Amino acid sequence: MAAPALEIRDLSKRFRIFREKPTSIKQRLLTSHSRSEDFWALHEVSLDVREGSTFGLIGHNGSGKTTLLKCVAGILRPTSGTVRQRGRLAALLELGAGFHPELTGRENVYLNAAFLGLSRKQTDRAYDDIVGFAELEGFMENQVKFYSSGMLVRLGFAVAVHVEPDVLLVDEVLAVGDEAFQAKCLDRVRAFQRDGRTIVLVTHALDTVIEICDRAAMLDHGRLHAIGQPADVVREMRYVLLGVTDPDFVPEQGTREAEIAEVVIERPNGTDEGAILRGDPLTIVVDVRQNEPVDDLDVDFQILDGGTNHPVLEARTSGARIDLGRFDKKRVRFRIDAFPYDPGKYWVTVGLSNRSTGHLYHVQTQRYLFEVFDAPRVQDRVEVPVAVEAEDL
Amino acid sequence: MDALETTLRSSESPHLRVRERLRVLAAHREVLANLTRKELKVKYAASVLGAVWSLLNPLVYLGVFTFVVRVLGNQVPNYPVYLLSGLLAWNLFSASVSTGSRAVLDNANLVKKIAFPREILPLSSIGVALVDYVLQMAVFLVVVIVSGFGLSVPELALLPLAFLALIAFTTMLTFLLSAMNVRYRDVGHLLGLALLVWFWATPIVYASALVQQEFACGDIFQMGCRLLHILYWLNPLTPIVEGMHRALYVDVFPEGIQVLYDVSLGWLATVLVAVTVVSLLLLRVTWGYFFSRSGDFAEEL
Repeated sequence: MAAPALEIRDLSKRFRIFREKPTSIKQRLLTSHSRSEDFWALHEVSLDVREGSTFGLIGHNGSGKTTLLKCVAGILRPTSGTVRQRGRLAALLELGAGFHPELTGRENVYLNAAFLGLSRKQTDRAYDDIVGFAELEGFMENQVKFYSSGMLVRLGFAVAVHVEPDVLLVDEVLAVGDEAFQAKCLDRVRAFQRDGRTIVLVTHALDTVIEICDRAAMLDHGRLHAIGQPADVVREMRYVLLGVTDPDFVPEQGTREAEIAEVVIERPNGTDEGAILRGDPLTIVVDVRQNEPVDDLDVDFQILDGGTNHPVLEARTSGARIDLGRFDKKRVRFRIDAFPYDPGKYWVTVGLSNRSTGHLYHVQTQRYLFEVFDAPRVQDRVEVPVAVEAEDL
Repeated sequence: MDALETTLRSSESPHLRVRERLRVLAAHREVLANLTRKELKVKYAASVLGAVWSLLNPLVYLGVFTFVVRVLGNQVPNYPVYLLSGLLAWNLFSASVSTGSRAVLDNANLVKKIAFPREILPLSSIGVALVDYVLQMAVFLVVVIVSGFGLSVPELALLPLAFLALIAFTTMLTFLLSAMNVRYRDVGHLLGLALLVWFWATPIVYASALVQQEFACGDIFQMGCRLLHILYWLNPLTPIVEGMHRALYVDVFPEGIQVLYDVSLGWLATVLVAVTVVSLLLLRVTWGYFFSRSGDFAEEL
């Protein structure tokens, strides 16, 4: 498995909301313990983005998506937690950010490209391509204040897609331009994927997530609400959009001497993608890391019915009499030969604890999601009485 | 594993490691160049005369001050050379500091949307002022040489020293003010007034000899008047401007009148080196302050 391009651990971001923000020394002195409120835009979010994958981030407005992206990009400083990034990163938080109306299209291309990490030479090489992509031949020597908003956005995107970072963060910018231009943008994203670049995509376009992402996560009020297959997470998002959530829900806890590094729900085809039908085999793969030596580690999982939140299935390593001992990193597989339950949504809770004391090292409650479908089958013929009547009209 | 560079971001307030940071800035030099170019273009955009304005400005000052000084009955031979050699340096300083102190505020849209080393913003303000300065100096030097005003070699060696001191001091102060201004908008108001006082506390318009003569130390007030001189020279811009005077105006006693401070070249050079060194040491501090604050700029704007 490729190493993660991004490792986000327990990332939290607190904003101080000032009713009246002190912006002068006098105000600061007079209102030293001023009326500020804490607002946690992100709360202990942990997730990995694998190298070369495309990761979709969805959630309501104000759920913390953009804040997360800004922390990863280094624009905001996290209040706690860490982000480990491998490779060069470019963030597109706004198309044409840094465009100046008084400059010409050409000058803005060079300025914007420099901000996104392109050297002058690289920009020289890509210039004709950029102009072609933006369909702005003949306008490049005009000041951009005379551009239409569509032209601006196209130029911004054209520059952006010619940046060649290892990790690209994109905030809600794919939905620009007419359909033909959008198709071109998506082509470009696919080319990025073919090149093996990592993409993190924030969007409200849920269908786009299903279409182009390998994995997705949903944020809700700054917490990681669900992570998994794009189709499953999007389904959960649509479900939540109807307004059923529990505010007291604690998604993650524990003291972290041992940590859940990654959980994958392996499908019948051996990958973490594809549909699960009733009766299919299913494997919960849990990668565990010990940050400190831990004895008597017990790994357990639980599957809960998404409709009722009742546990339907559980197992633990101690139950199988497996002593994990001390280790750096280990993979535990829980294999279910045939998943017997009804079609529907299922949550997976994974926990690490001490099997003798019961102490919790790390628990991710209802973090992972999968959905089971009914197997298509030829129905048996049964005798069904049919009442036949006729009447005059 | 492979050659990809790993970056770690955490809640810790970043600690400035100068060499490492200089490498980062060097890697972003094109952003600086582009941003400086942008500021220059925007400054003169939609103006017919364009960069000529940057030459017109000192000429207008020259006209005004020549008139005022004449009315006051003060005679400095070759007054234009005296005034401009100091004024251009002052302009570089005051333009850098006043636009630089607003650099982060004025570019809030960039700071909130794009990750790049924030130092680039005040540096580009200095860059813009520097371009103006070089332009003005080039024209000024050409005029001085063509008009047959004699430049002298040992004195001219003060020019690079004064220039270095000027850049070091300006950068140091600009970093401090641009970072402070994000939190305390008082900085902007205060700076306007401070620059006004500062301008007159520096021998730019009036002959620097006036200060030496006015504060001439009699026997009785020895201590007090020494203190005044020290205070006057503690203003880093005094040695810088005086260095410029000495380098370009050259004569301490032109036509028998004392115009410049009567100090030796060696002493002036030493003071300029001291200003440079102290400014650089302080720059390490103000840069550290800027750097540690810069992580929160996006949030505070």
